[in-house]
Amino acid sequence: MSGTLVIVDHRDGRITDHSHEVLAAAVTHGSGDIDAIIVSSDTSLASQITTPGVARVIAVKVSETEPGSCTIRGAVHRVIELRNPSLVFAPFSPNLMASAPAIAAANGLGFASDVIAFASDGDTISATRSYYGGKVEADLEFPGRACTLLMLRGGVWAAAGDGAPVQVEEIAFDDDPDVRHIEYREAESTGVDITTADVLLSVGRGVGDQDAIERFESIAERLGVTLSVSRPLVDAGWISSDRQVGQSGKTVAPKLYIALGISGAVQHLAGMKGSQQIIAVNTDGNAPIFSVADLGSTCDMHDLADELEKLIG
Amino acid sequence: MKIIVCVKEVAVVGDEIEIDGIDIDRDYVDLAINEWDATAVEQAVAMREAAGSGEVVVVTVGDEGAEDTMRRALAMGGDRGIRLEALEGDHADPVGVAARIAGVIRAEQADFVLVGTQSADAAHGATGAALAGHLGWPCAAVVREMDAPTGGRAIVGRELDGGVIARTDIALPAVLTIQTGLNQPRYATLRQIKQAADKEIRTEVAAESSQHARITAMRVPVSVGGATMLGDDPAAVASRIAQLIEEAR
Repeated sequence: MSGTLVIVDHRDGRITDHSHEVLAAAVTHGSGDIDAIIVSSDTSLASQITTPGVARVIAVKVSETEPGSCTIRGAVHRVIELRNPSLVFAPFSPNLMASAPAIAAANGLGFASDVIAFASDGDTISATRSYYGGKVEADLEFPGRACTLLMLRGGVWAAAGDGAPVQVEEIAFDDDPDVRHIEYREAESTGVDITTADVLLSVGRGVGDQDAIERFESIAERLGVTLSVSRPLVDAGWISSDRQVGQSGKTVAPKLYIALGISGAVQHLAGMKGSQQIIAVNTDGNAPIFSVADLGSTCDMHDLADELEKLIG
Repeated sequence: MKIIVCVKEVAVVGDEIEIDGIDIDRDYVDLAINEWDATAVEQAVAMREAAGSGEVVVVTVGDEGAEDTMRRALAMGGDRGIRLEALEGDHADPVGVAARIAGVIRAEQADFVLVGTQSADAAHGATGAALAGHLGWPCAAVVREMDAPTGGRAIVGRELDGGVIARTDIALPAVLTIQTGLNQPRYATLRQIKQAADKEIRTEVAAESSQHARITAMRVPVSVGGATMLGDDPAAVASRIAQLIEEAR
């Protein structure tokens, strides 16, 4: 038993960037042949895979272009039975969150998700992931499992440059009609574009209530900067989602990112860590936001607002 | 309509942490209902109300103390609870935990199983889908929208990267993993909290299941870089921010 399988995620005719990262990670860390698996009616997606070191692409041809989670589950299950790999990698993406853990359950695989580091020493595999909002990290092992499925966090491994086209092997598979894709709908927009701002004043859960958001919006306006927010404020229905920074919102890279009352969940960091300069204010000195910030303070964001208002006059 | 909703009591850590072996010392954590699961409970209760009849069964895996969190879900409108005794190593092993929950669900028979997309403390984002894998049921993950079910199927909106919604048609019975923002979880009234104290909670001790992962070490990450701290005088921080804004323009 050997070999490595990579479940590739795609949307709207495009292999995701996250999948290219996972392919590169699999080439670095995997054992035996590295095979990629794509499930779609569009077998030409295979031509987008050019990561050097990938042995072949298994293009599982189904009738849907965007297959449902049960079809992906069934197709990968079949390929695992055929290939008998010792490692399966997948992106820890919202799309594959419905199928990869189900595959681990149905096939009796070792499993870890949101993996940020990985090591293999002969037969022993070790994966590292975060706990408690990134405040600690833990090493995991998978004793007694002949095959382990690891879902890797995005933005940790770098995609590899383009190599030669990879050999493609096509397999036919019947769709499972239990889950069917209908359509994609883009996120709502109220006309604000936080992705083009030079400076973002970004507020999070620490703001407390909806009225306080208006206060910070007014401060941002008078400072001549743009207000953005973290997810909990959108979930609460306090502000429109086009102000949201993070994995499920916008990815931003302003010259200056001012994070107030934001703890720094991994999904938020993914959307702003490319900012040129970051200053974070949070009363919790261990908040993960400080790990990506250049400057930090543990003062209270509301006291800071008082002082900013004095400066603006 | 019968809906099973899975809830987890999560550990919230503050700015002081002490690691004891392979977990954080329990003296350094507060316990709360997982936010994603509160959203799932709200959805389950709202669906039963919309249908006019049915039952919402709350399932948790935890120690006896986790019944406090379960009572909170019952106060929101759950009809009864089932608590599966926690096992050592659960923290590492969402697929193993899901195998034990699957045993309960097979015995209960339900139209829907609603599970939070992830837990605030372990954030595997995997228990619901693994449950579907054990049961052989369909699964939709990160559900942020949901239409009323008709004819043995439901239409849901799954949230993908960038906030794109994938409208998805799913056959029932199904496992849905619920994303925050799908609804605003209700607050229980004092009367509901009192009533919840009398609702049935059955305890089950599952046979030891085989683990799919185990933790070998836990540590505070070595910070690479990290922020230069400016002190906590808000006036000084405000003027620094004003200066940085000037420079960035």
